[in-house]
Amino acid sequence: MARKLPATDVLIVGLGWTGSILAHELARSGLNIVAIERGPWRDTATDFPPAYAQDELRYHIRHDLFLRPAQLTMTFRNRASETALPIRSWGSFMPPNGVGGGGVHWNAETWRFLPSDFQMKTHLTERYGEKFLPGDMTIQDWGITYDELEPYYDKFEYLCGTSGKAGNIKGQIQTGGNPFEGARAREYPTPPQKQPYGPTLFAQAAKDMGYKPFPQPSGNLSQAYTNPLGITLGPCTYCGFCEWFGCGNYSKASPQTTILPALVRQPNFEARTQCEVLKINLDGSGKRATGVTYVDTSGNEWEQPADLVLLCAFQLFNVHLLLVSGIGKPYDPRANEGVIGRNYSYQVTSSVDAFFDDKIFNPFIASGSIGMCIDEFNGDNFDHGPHGFVGGGYMGAVQTNGRPLQTTRTPKGTPRWGLEWKEAVAKNYLSNYEAVTHGSCCSYRDVYCDLDPTYTDRFGRKLMRITFDFHENELKMSQYLTGRLAEVVQKMGPRQFETKPRRGPYDVTVYQTTHTCGGAIMGADPKSSALNRYLQSWDVSNLFVMGATAFPQNAGYNPTDTVGALAYWAADAIVKQYLKSPGPLVQI
Amino acid sequence: MKMRNLMTLALAAYMTGTIGAWAAEDGQSFEKIERGRYLAVLGDCVSCHTAPGGKPFAGGAALETPFGALIGPNITPDVATGVGAWSEEDFRRAMHEGIGRGGARLYPAMPYPAYTKVTRDDVSAIWAYLRSLDPVRNEVQPNQLRFPFNVRRPATSTWDLINFQPGVFQPNPSKSDVWNRGAYLVEGLGHCGTCHTPKNITGGDRGSEALQGALLQDWYAPDLTEDPRTGIGSWSIEEIVRYLKTGANSYDIASGPMAEAVSNSTSKMTDADLLAIATYLKDRAPRSGRAVTALAAANPRMVAGQAIYEDRCAACHSRSGAGVPNLFPRLASAPLIQSVDPTSLIRAVLIGSRAVATSAAPTAPAMPAFGWNLNDTEVADVLTYVRNTWGNAASAVQPEDVSKLRERLSSR
Repeated sequence: MARKLPATDVLIVGLGWTGSILAHELARSGLNIVAIERGPWRDTATDFPPAYAQDELRYHIRHDLFLRPAQLTMTFRNRASETALPIRSWGSFMPPNGVGGGGVHWNAETWRFLPSDFQMKTHLTERYGEKFLPGDMTIQDWGITYDELEPYYDKFEYLCGTSGKAGNIKGQIQTGGNPFEGARAREYPTPPQKQPYGPTLFAQAAKDMGYKPFPQPSGNLSQAYTNPLGITLGPCTYCGFCEWFGCGNYSKASPQTTILPALVRQPNFEARTQCEVLKINLDGSGKRATGVTYVDTSGNEWEQPADLVLLCAFQLFNVHLLLVSGIGKPYDPRANEGVIGRNYSYQVTSSVDAFFDDKIFNPFIASGSIGMCIDEFNGDNFDHGPHGFVGGGYMGAVQTNGRPLQTTRTPKGTPRWGLEWKEAVAKNYLSNYEAVTHGSCCSYRDVYCDLDPTYTDRFGRKLMRITFDFHENELKMSQYLTGRLAEVVQKMGPRQFETKPRRGPYDVTVYQTTHTCGGAIMGADPKSSALNRYLQSWDVSNLFVMGATAFPQNAGYNPTDTVGALAYWAADAIVKQYLKSPGPLVQI
Repeated sequence: MKMRNLMTLALAAYMTGTIGAWAAEDGQSFEKIERGRYLAVLGDCVSCHTAPGGKPFAGGAALETPFGALIGPNITPDVATGVGAWSEEDFRRAMHEGIGRGGARLYPAMPYPAYTKVTRDDVSAIWAYLRSLDPVRNEVQPNQLRFPFNVRRPATSTWDLINFQPGVFQPNPSKSDVWNRGAYLVEGLGHCGTCHTPKNITGGDRGSEALQGALLQDWYAPDLTEDPRTGIGSWSIEEIVRYLKTGANSYDIASGPMAEAVSNSTSKMTDADLLAIATYLKDRAPRSGRAVTALAAANPRMVAGQAIYEDRCAACHSRSGAGVPNLFPRLASAPLIQSVDPTSLIRAVLIGSRAVATSAAPTAPAMPAFGWNLNDTEVADVLTYVRNTWGNAASAVQPEDVSKLRERLSSR
C-alpha cells in the first residue's frame, strides 16, 4: 500500500534533457517541482572524470551508464504473427538511465528537422499524389510548423552552445552551411569544430561532385561557452569517447553541463533519484491525473499527488507508463484505432566502408559529432518521383571514434579471427574510413507498441511489446542513399570500398541507433494522435508527454535538437497558457 | 509560530532582568535588524555557527585546529542552548574582548582578535538581528579540544597578552573613505586574517606577516599581499571584486573553505563593500620573500611531471596552462599555484575539489581525484612541473609531503 506524500504543483517523471528543461522553466515560475528519476544522480567529476571516462570496456561493452534489463525491459517481435520475447541484453538501441538521461551518453549531433518534415503527409501528398505513398503507411503532419518551433530550436541550441555553421539565416543562404535547412534567426552560438582529414577529404570529393558539404552541428563544443543560465562549458578535446560515455571535460552539452547547476539552486525544485514510477494515477473520471505512485530502493511505495504531471522519461518508457496507467486508448492495428502505441518508429542507418593504401586518417582524433555532411538526399530535398520511395537522410564522413576494442574494420574476405585477422586490423586501422547515412523511417499500420500478454516486470506490470520491421520503402531508400554515398567515397580514392545499405529484417540485437520514436504522437486529431500540438494529452489535460514519443514518424536527422525544442515549446505553452487557465489547450 | 517566538523572547528578557535596561533606542527597528543581518553576512557568522544541513546560527560546524576541534555554538536566542539569556553587553564583550557570558574566556576560533575592531554600533545591530531569529533548541558542546587545551581558560589569559590587541578600528585619515571601509572590513568583520595570516606557535597571528598566507585544516589560505607571483599583485581591483562576488575570475575559482566564504558571505556583499575590500588589499605591500627561480625544464622531475601533465591535466587546464575562465582554473602565472606552501595543490590532486556555485557563476565544476592512480612521487612531480612552467616559479613538491597529506586525508 502506497503511503501518500504532501502534494506538489508539478511532478516530473524522468530527469533527462526534457525533465531538466521543463523543471527549470517551471521552477522560474515559482511552482514547487518534484522530479522522480529511476536511476542515480550523476555528476561529471564524480561519475565520469577524465581519469577513467574513456573506458570502452566499462561503458560500451558492459553498458555502465544504461538501464539494466533486469530492472525493466520490453519484448520484441518483427511482426504480429510472431511471439515476442524479452530483450535481455540491449542491442539495437540503448535505453538511458539516471540523471541526465540520454543527454549523458549521446554523440551530441544537434540537427534541426526540415520544414517539410513537420508537414510530411501534406507535403508528399501535394507533390507526388496520395497513391505514391504505400497503403499501410501511417505518416502524419505534426500539428506544428517549423517556423513555430524555430525560436525554441534557437533556445535549445543557445543553451547547449552548439558548434556549427548556419546555412540559412532569415532566408539568406550562407556559404559553408547547409543550404537545405529551414531559416534560422541567427548563427550558431559557437563556430564549427575542427575537421580531421577524413571529413576534409569527403567534403572535397562531395564539392567536386557538385554537392554542398557543411560541418555537422555539434554539441561537443569548438570553444568555451557560457550559456544564458551562466553555466560554462569547456572546449572539446577530440578524445572520441562521446556516445556511450559521459564527457569528463565539461565539453559535451548535457543536462549536467547546461542546466542542472542552475536548476539545483532553485529552492522550489527537488529530485528523488533511484525512485521508479509505477504508474500515473487518475481520478474517478479518468480525465485528470492526480499524481504518480513510485517505489524506492527499499521497496517502499509512495504516492506523490501533483496538480500537473510531466512525463519526461525516454520514449519507450513514456509509452509503457501510458499503457500501464490506462491513459488514452491503446492502439489496435487491426481496427487501425486507438492512439497509445501508434506510429512507433525508428531510423535507417547504413554505411560505406573504404580502405585506402596511401592515407592516414587517425580515427582516434574524434568527437561524437565532428564530420562533413551533405543534405542533398534528405527529406524531400530531391525528387522522389523516379525512385518509388519517400524519405531520406543526411550522409557524410562523421568521425565519432577510433576506440581500441571495437574499431576493427577489415576488407571483405578477411578471416573473422586469428593471425590474419589481427594483421588486417592493424594494417587497416589508420587507413580505413567509414562514411554513413542517417535515414528517416516512416510509420506503418503494423508497427506499434502494446502490452505483452505473457511477460511482466518485477512489480507484475506487463512489459511493453514492440512490433517492428523495416518496410520496403525504407529498404529502397537505404539502397538509394548508400549508393549516392558510395559515389562520393569512390571519389575519395580508396583501394576498395564496400557498400552496406540496411537490409531487412530488422535485427534488435545489432546496434544501429537509439533513435526510437513515436507511440504517443502529437497531431491535430485526437483519433490519430495521443497529444495535441503542445504535447498535452488529449485525454488527460493535466498531463504532458515530452520527447521523441511525440514524433509521428522519424526524420533523417538525430532527434535531440527537436526533442529539446519541443520541450521549450511545451514549457512556454504551459507557462503562458496552461497555468493561467488549466485545461485543454486545443479545443476540438 | 510568531506568537511563540515573541513569548520566548519576552521570557528570555524577563529571566535575565534586562527589560528596559537599554531602551534608549529601538533595538527592534527594521533598519537596525536589517543592518545587523547584512553585518552578519559580512562577518560570515553563519559558516561557523551552522552545522552542515542544520538550521542557520543554531551551531554545530566544527573548526579543526592544531589543538583539537572547536564547534561553533548555538547563537539563536534559545534560552537553554543558545544566547537567549545573554544581554547585549554580554555579546559586546564576546565580540570585543573574547569574554563570554559569566566571564568565560572564549577560544580565539571565535575571531574576537578581529571582531574587536567592529564598532559598537555595528555590534549592537548584529545583536538586534540575532535576537530576531527563531530560537532553536540545539545543545552544542563547543569545546572538543584535546587535553590540556580543553581545560577552561583562566580569566587572565597569557594567550591574550601575547596575541590580542583590543580596540575598535581607527580610520587612517590620510586614506580615502573607500580604503578605510575596506580596511575596516578586512581587518574587522571580514576577519580575513583568521585564515590568511600565518600563526605563531600558540595559534595567534604573526602580526608582521598579516595576510601573507597560512595553513589551516589542510588547506593553504593563499597570500593576499601585493606580491606579483604568490599574491594578488597581478589581479586588478575588478578581478578581485569578481572573484569575491562570483567565486571565479580570470585566474582562479574558489573552493574549499573559501568556497564557503564566497557562498555565505562575499557573494552577498554590496558592490561598494567589495570595491572597498579590493581597494584596501591592492594598497598593501607585497610579502617579503626571497626571489625564487624556476626549476630547469630539463630537471628529471620536471620531465616526469610534464609527461603526467600532458596525459592527465592538459585536456582541461590546456597545454599552455591557460585553463578556461569560470571552469578550469588557470595555472600559468597563478598565485595559488606558486604558493610557498603547496598543501592546497596536493590536496586537490589527491582527493579533488569542488568549486563554489554562485548565482552569477553557477557551473560549480569539480577537479576529479587522482590520488587513486597517481603515487606520491607522481603527484609531487606533476605539481613541481606546474609550479615551474609557463613563467611560474616555486619550490619543488616533495613526495614525503604528498605522503603525509595523503595519510592525514585518509584518516579523516
